[in-house]
Amino acid sequence: MSVYLPIAEMSVDVFLILAMGGGIGFLSGVFGVGGGFLMTPLLIFIGVPPVVAVATEANQIVASSVSGVLAHMRRANVDFKMGIVLTVGGFAGSGVGVTIFTLLRSLGQVDLLISISYVVFLGVIGVVMLAESARTMLRSRSGSGHYRKLHQHTWIHGLPFKMRFRRSRLYISALVPIAVGFCVGVLAAIMGVGGGFIMVPAMIYLLGMPTAVVVGTSLFQIIFVTASVTFLQAVNNQSVDIVLALLLLFGAVIGAQIGSKASGVLRGEQLRGLLALMVLAVCAKIGFDLVVEPNDLFSITGLADHG
Amino acid sequence: MTGLQKISLTLAAVLAVTFGVAAAQDDEALVVDLSESQIAITTGFTGADVLLFGATDGDGDVIVVVRGPTDVITVRRKERVAGIWINTESLSFSGVPGYYRIAASQPLETLLPEEIRQTFQIGAANIAVAPLETRPRDVELDFFNALVRNKQRADLYDAELGSVRFLGNRLFRTRISLPANVPTGRYTVEVFLVANGTIETRTTTPLEVVKSGFEEQVYSFAHERSAIYGLIAIILALMAGWFAGYVFRKI
Repeated sequence: MSVYLPIAEMSVDVFLILAMGGGIGFLSGVFGVGGGFLMTPLLIFIGVPPVVAVATEANQIVASSVSGVLAHMRRANVDFKMGIVLTVGGFAGSGVGVTIFTLLRSLGQVDLLISISYVVFLGVIGVVMLAESARTMLRSRSGSGHYRKLHQHTWIHGLPFKMRFRRSRLYISALVPIAVGFCVGVLAAIMGVGGGFIMVPAMIYLLGMPTAVVVGTSLFQIIFVTASVTFLQAVNNQSVDIVLALLLLFGAVIGAQIGSKASGVLRGEQLRGLLALMVLAVCAKIGFDLVVEPNDLFSITGLADHG
Repeated sequence: MTGLQKISLTLAAVLAVTFGVAAAQDDEALVVDLSESQIAITTGFTGADVLLFGATDGDGDVIVVVRGPTDVITVRRKERVAGIWINTESLSFSGVPGYYRIAASQPLETLLPEEIRQTFQIGAANIAVAPLETRPRDVELDFFNALVRNKQRADLYDAELGSVRFLGNRLFRTRISLPANVPTGRYTVEVFLVANGTIETRTTTPLEVVKSGFEEQVYSFAHERSAIYGLIAIILALMAGWFAGYVFRKI
């Protein structure tokens, strides 16, 4: 059964989109990440114009994050104060990101920007995650319990505007979460991702938040940032495809719920290692497409067209 | 298939009668009609076929040219910079038809000399487009050829000549296929009657491709009231997420 997407201006198979949504949703439920970093490249791969893929995926992440946050709120795993401070930075960042996006679109370089952002971030995150899970697996095998400090004191703790975040058991400068939120907001706009896969490590390693509240707080903040990206993309580029977004999120919310139930059964480090390999595979594919000579060196775009 | 053929024969027969009358009255040499004059893009749209029927008053061959609405198109060329392929040079053309199909009852070269084909823009290579910047002739040609090639890859221009079939020696028909990614707007269907290397007569029939119903509403809403559209998209997502969380807690 096929359906015509009014904004992407193409016809797609409903079941393919539902399956993609379900599959990515399952992964996001298992790993606690938004899955946008996998979905956006997949959408581009099946022929959705990159501009539409990025904007629509942001819209879909709003829905997945809401359903995720509700689950974490019930377990009191959301630091609302931290979430709001991150969001302040995130709003500013997404505004800057969409502006860069619109500018580069008019210069014909937006596809390049999307690809390079993916290669760089997926590469870095994938390698870090793989190393981390390998280390954990080795350590648990050798059995030598390694002592890790709750958080180290660095120059970051000398910054002004200190705030107390009770849920996260932190007393740090508000500038740090604002800066983190800003960077993730820029990326969310450019890459069509929620930014969870960058936000989560940043919260753990830069802010020193306890792992338990990280995912819930990250999801809480992502709702606002992706909502803001959706709005700005709709206004600047008219590239949010509501039909595509609804199909994706229908599959994704179901997949996410099944995934989060399944995650209780599976082992943590191995899961993280698997996710890292997947991230690196996507990274390698996009990177390969950048360096291999294209079949046709020429490409076309219309004024009213996407791309 | 057989259904279509049946329709085509019936329509052709009707046309033959009409044509007989018309010819007697005002000596019309070429009569053409389309199975549909408006194509509506709806939710289930996966492309459409339009049948063209016609009759001539005598010997000669037929060329059918279908052109979509024109637009400004930018052609970009990639070059290897520091190991990766990025867009460098670009050239924009105006007056580029969004869709171009050509069909004929004989190979074009045998029907008309090159100059006439150029004048009447018969064949994708003869489409008259205007570059928006001046470039050396060969560079301009490179970009133009790339434009045609890309349109062909998107199935919007045809890669080879379609066929016009004669049923008997006066009635003809051809099929115009519109792919799912067809641009919306006003199309023209030009039919040329050709004999002895010259164009005897030609006629133009309009064809319209419109988004209709839900698709049209979503598209124009997104473009005309983009802020409200954006807000609705967000609200829908919030509700869907909340609803999913609610439903799955019950399960």
